[in-house]
Amino acid sequence: MSASVEEADLRTLACDARETVLRAVANARGGHLGGPLSAVDLLIALYFGVLRIRPEEPTWPERDRFVLSKGHSSVALYAVMALRGYFPLEEVMTFDAINSRLQGHPDMTALPGLDMSTGSLGLGFSAGVGIALGAQLKGSGFTTFVMLGDGECNEGTVWEGAHVAHRYRLDNLVAVVDQNGLQQFGWLDPSTGRRVPPYVGAELADRWRAFGWRVLEADGHDLRTLPAVLQDAREGSGAPTVVVARTVKGKGVSFMEGDYSWHSRVPTSDELARALGEIDVTRRTPERVP
Amino acid sequence: MRLPGPALRQVLGETLSELAGKDPKIVVLDGDVGSSTGGAAVETAHPERYLQTGIGEQNMVAMAAGLATVGFVPFITTFACFAVARALDSIRVLVAQPGLPVTIVGGYAGLLTGMTGKTHQIFNDVAIMRSLASMTVIAPADQIETRQVIERLAALDGPAYVQITREPSSAIFDEDYRFEVGRAVTVRHGHDLVLISTGVQTTRVVDAAELLAERGVSAAVLHCPTIKPIDETSLVEAALGAELVVTVEEQSVLGGLGGAVAEVLADKALVPVKRLGIQDCYGESGPNEALLEKYRLSAARVADDVEQLLSTIHSRNEPAIERSRLDDD
Ligand SMILES: Cc1ncc(C[n+]2csc(CCOP(=O)(O)OP(=O)(O)O)c2C)c(N)n1
Repeated sequence: MSASVEEADLRTLACDARETVLRAVANARGGHLGGPLSAVDLLIALYFGVLRIRPEEPTWPERDRFVLSKGHSSVALYAVMALRGYFPLEEVMTFDAINSRLQGHPDMTALPGLDMSTGSLGLGFSAGVGIALGAQLKGSGFTTFVMLGDGECNEGTVWEGAHVAHRYRLDNLVAVVDQNGLQQFGWLDPSTGRRVPPYVGAELADRWRAFGWRVLEADGHDLRTLPAVLQDAREGSGAPTVVVARTVKGKGVSFMEGDYSWHSRVPTSDELARALGEIDVTRRTPERVP
Repeated sequence: MRLPGPALRQVLGETLSELAGKDPKIVVLDGDVGSSTGGAAVETAHPERYLQTGIGEQNMVAMAAGLATVGFVPFITTFACFAVARALDSIRVLVAQPGLPVTIVGGYAGLLTGMTGKTHQIFNDVAIMRSLASMTVIAPADQIETRQVIERLAALDGPAYVQITREPSSAIFDEDYRFEVGRAVTVRHGHDLVLISTGVQTTRVVDAAELLAERGVSAAVLHCPTIKPIDETSLVEAALGAELVVTVEEQSVLGGLGGAVAEVLADKALVPVKRLGIQDCYGESGPNEALLEKYRLSAARVADDVEQLLSTIHSRNEPAIERSRLDDD
């Protein structure tokens, strides 16, 4: 069942997850950072506030399903799953090591609790459509959540699946788009020097709307509001729902935020120390109420 | 052992930039991984010739086919796994069947993919691509060869697939070396057996041959950069008189170089052929050295496995081989 955790605790958990992500990538000397850091708050909100799961029984048949379609953010998922009790937090330090259960991209044959193997972008989403359709056919009550990147939405399969989910009125399916406004390399915008996806701002949400989906927009780092938005998303309404969450790539570490080059860079020991220092400050600073 | 030089992906970016500077027909398509494949260098040098197509491989290959029909010479750059496996129908129907001059560059080829794991490691891209009629398939071994392969493919009037690896890679050729499509080269002489390899694995096989020499085994090494069309003449020449032929590749033992060599030698020569490579399984994340050890592609593991194969051959009873020789007549 969903763990009921106070907001303040969610913030602490998110800091713990970010710290774990940074340490694991530095330790492995591989993996991704920008995308995992932008996804942390969404994952915390899902695993601690929304998903009906039993970490001690990862294959519980009635569990909500979660597919990390942006599979390169695996290390964030591992950190959050560990914090939620699926396995010891220390195990995250085996990320990317040979023979580890914590593969560079999520491998459902290696780690219990992963509902799909992902890493080839765009495919996890379609698998999620299949899971949701299967649940509808069987009359199962669980909800399927799929997390995508905004770059990932370049892939044709995403829109192929979006048509089908709409056609079958899969209101047991929730897509969560981590819209951090960057992909790996993207299109160079000569006027700003930024490298961006082919849709900016509201254009992406509009595309989902045009495909017949119910669209909810959210601040993907606001842990005061995210659980409620995601909870609302799972309330069936005759159409599949997408939560388009505005996020910042590299969130939590000032010198990584919004810089595409941190997509899959490994921090030096100095950079790691500075990054962990910033996370620590966040952990100790009470959130400002606007 | 040799010191590693620049990664082949870096050579790829430099060579494509130079070629694009000389020939306005050359365009480079990227599937959002230019910062990894080496392709980004082309954007810096010739931004108008660098076509970002985003994360959408089947669309990218299909677009390249269209560009080719209006006179461009497209190079597709993405990871081998997505270039081949994700875009296969575009390749088959729009590139291979019409025989269009599109070169598909499969980056991060083989086992060493920056710890990304099985989704990003494809071990049968050579097998798949060489099964497409009209496709030329090439895996260069080092920097010198990579440069020449890319130059040659820019002038090839037909579809091609070339593997490019991620990691810094040691050199086996010098500036005098001349690559030719469809030609295999002996990179080491020996008389006890012939090792046949391709791609960067050849550099490790040359090292393995050195280790074998220390153990009293004299192995020739034939480097086969073009897997299709395979150099039948050189293969048969090398195999005739050899006691054993062993293929070694950073690919599955099913259908790749080993398959190609076995097909030729089954028809043409009487010699046992053994295939070393990845044993019909998927890969995983891990540091390079650990992966090469576990999947038995390091020089040391190749030397061990070759020695083992030799002793198996030696312990076979001679009369059986004699009889089969007669049967063939
Ligand atoms: C089919 C496929 N093509 C290419 C890649 C390589 N790749 C990994 S992550 C990435 C960028 C993803 O961007 P986005 O979805 O926005 O993720 P985020 O910015 O959140 O990291 C790319 C191109 C891949 N994993 N799969």
